[in-house]
Amino acid sequence: MISFLFRRILSSIPVALAVIAICFLLVRLAPGSPFSSERALDPATQAMLETKYGLSGSLPTQLFRYASNLLHGDLGDSLKFRGRTVNEIIGQSLPRSLLLGSIAFTLALALGIPLGAWSAARQGKPSGAILNGLALLTLSIPTFILAPVTVLLFSFYIRLCPPAGWGSPSQLVLPALCLSLPFVGVCARLTRSGLLEVLGADFIRTARAKGVTEPNLIFLHALRSAILPLVAYAGPLAASILTGSLLIEETFAIPGIGQFFVSGVINRDVFLVSGVVLVYCLLLLFFNLIADWLTALLDPRISLSS
Amino acid sequence: MKPRALHLCLAALAFLTLAAIFGPYCSPYSVDQISQTRLASPDATHWLGTDLHGRDLLTRLLFGARISLLVGLVGATISLFVGVTYGLISGYLGGRTDNAMMRFVDILYALPRIVLVIVLISLFDLKLKHLLDGTFLAPLASHARLLLLFVGLGLVEWLTLARIVRAQVLSIKERAFVLSARLIGQNTPTILFRQILPQVLPIVLTYLTLALPAVILEESFLSFLGLGVQAPLASWGTLLADGAALLNPIRTPWWLIVFPSLLLAFTLLLLNFLGDQLRKLQK
Repeated sequence: MISFLFRRILSSIPVALAVIAICFLLVRLAPGSPFSSERALDPATQAMLETKYGLSGSLPTQLFRYASNLLHGDLGDSLKFRGRTVNEIIGQSLPRSLLLGSIAFTLALALGIPLGAWSAARQGKPSGAILNGLALLTLSIPTFILAPVTVLLFSFYIRLCPPAGWGSPSQLVLPALCLSLPFVGVCARLTRSGLLEVLGADFIRTARAKGVTEPNLIFLHALRSAILPLVAYAGPLAASILTGSLLIEETFAIPGIGQFFVSGVINRDVFLVSGVVLVYCLLLLFFNLIADWLTALLDPRISLSS
Repeated sequence: MKPRALHLCLAALAFLTLAAIFGPYCSPYSVDQISQTRLASPDATHWLGTDLHGRDLLTRLLFGARISLLVGLVGATISLFVGVTYGLISGYLGGRTDNAMMRFVDILYALPRIVLVIVLISLFDLKLKHLLDGTFLAPLASHARLLLLFVGLGLVEWLTLARIVRAQVLSIKERAFVLSARLIGQNTPTILFRQILPQVLPIVLTYLTLALPAVILEESFLSFLGLGVQAPLASWGTLLADGAALLNPIRTPWWLIVFPSLLLAFTLLLLNFLGDQLRKLQK
């Protein structure tokens, strides 16, 4: 277990480093300067600003400087939000995104797994087809459709929830719902296809033969192995729920990390973009690790040592 | 019952495509024709209402369908070529090359796609424009950005396909017919494209139906954020963004949100359903 963790963390380091290096270089290579948004600066000012923020010299020098700062835990200064460090921005905005993302993730699993299990249990009947269609429908409605439509419906026509903002629990309802709904469909379909495969297995026939009732059969016997594909997918899913919140944050005016990312990309705010990408990348690697560990926990045939 | 559903789905997709191609010609309005009837709700003259500048929404939706569907088709095709070639080579060569190639895919997976697309567009926009100017392709020069968007979306969508194809090739290359092809002295490209490719083609074609909605979605997403298709052109994403921008508690022009949403969701549903049915047929 310990050696598995150690090896995985060790092998993640080069991936994270490469991601950061590529991201830094891409943003630096993109035309347009982070310092001049409307009119061109005179060369002297430009050079002074570049030196101040550590963006002078050749690209490899800049990258090296940035990387050595990173090792000291310093993500650099934001070029657009003057006077604020990237550490500060991420420290303030990441908890908000994580809160929203974890609510949405829980919702996606809590609604998706029962929906999938139910539609697998009703396989071949019209109700099963309807449930499966429902999953396909939620999967086909992207968040940027859900967001304006739900605001129109539940904030303006029926005044249930506030349309935007951050701070009270009622302001979390719509964004969390919009963020989770497409993933409900994904979870439901993964659960369903996993269950359908397992339900034909011998141990299920044995269980059914000794008189296990249908709900118990599905939820106690079959689901444990049927859920494996979902667990494998849940790592990237958790990461993409957090990145998917980018648009939700934009629409619902939530000061989360996604908003800063978009403005960073547009303004060529190289340290901000690289910092956020580093956070995303670490989250993805972390959740993948958890997913692999859970898979081994659920399926004794998989060993962590090989 | 099932084939009927599949036929209905195909018919609806064909209808959408035909409407996108011929619809704008049938409309009495042009795409960017401004009029005094601003924000008119749907009625007999403007079936789906008009937008902030008095432009007919139905005409703009049909025109946007051209761009959205075209982006999907071109992007998915590009991702198909790149993904299949990459997966074939990686899986067939195996060993260290395979390891390095797959590690590269892992790294690209961890990079946010939106960054890649945006950088690609802004890096090559002007260069492509200059390149096209002066050749017989000059009329295309003004759409350089759009062309890059097509290519860029294709280039970020191939990763999953490369993994799928590689996994397939790993098992196929051990089979007897590949060995005998090698024994009679066929060279590697021939084995890859004449022997192995036909074996993975069914899976690849099914994947195409997954890549299509994914690319359409990505384009709408970028355009919704204002980073994709630029005015005066319109795609479903920009139309939806225009509608969402007018969202306010006092008097919201609901038709500007509801109709683009319905059309986009309906198309994505059709494509996802098609992919579903094709995968079922394969089993």
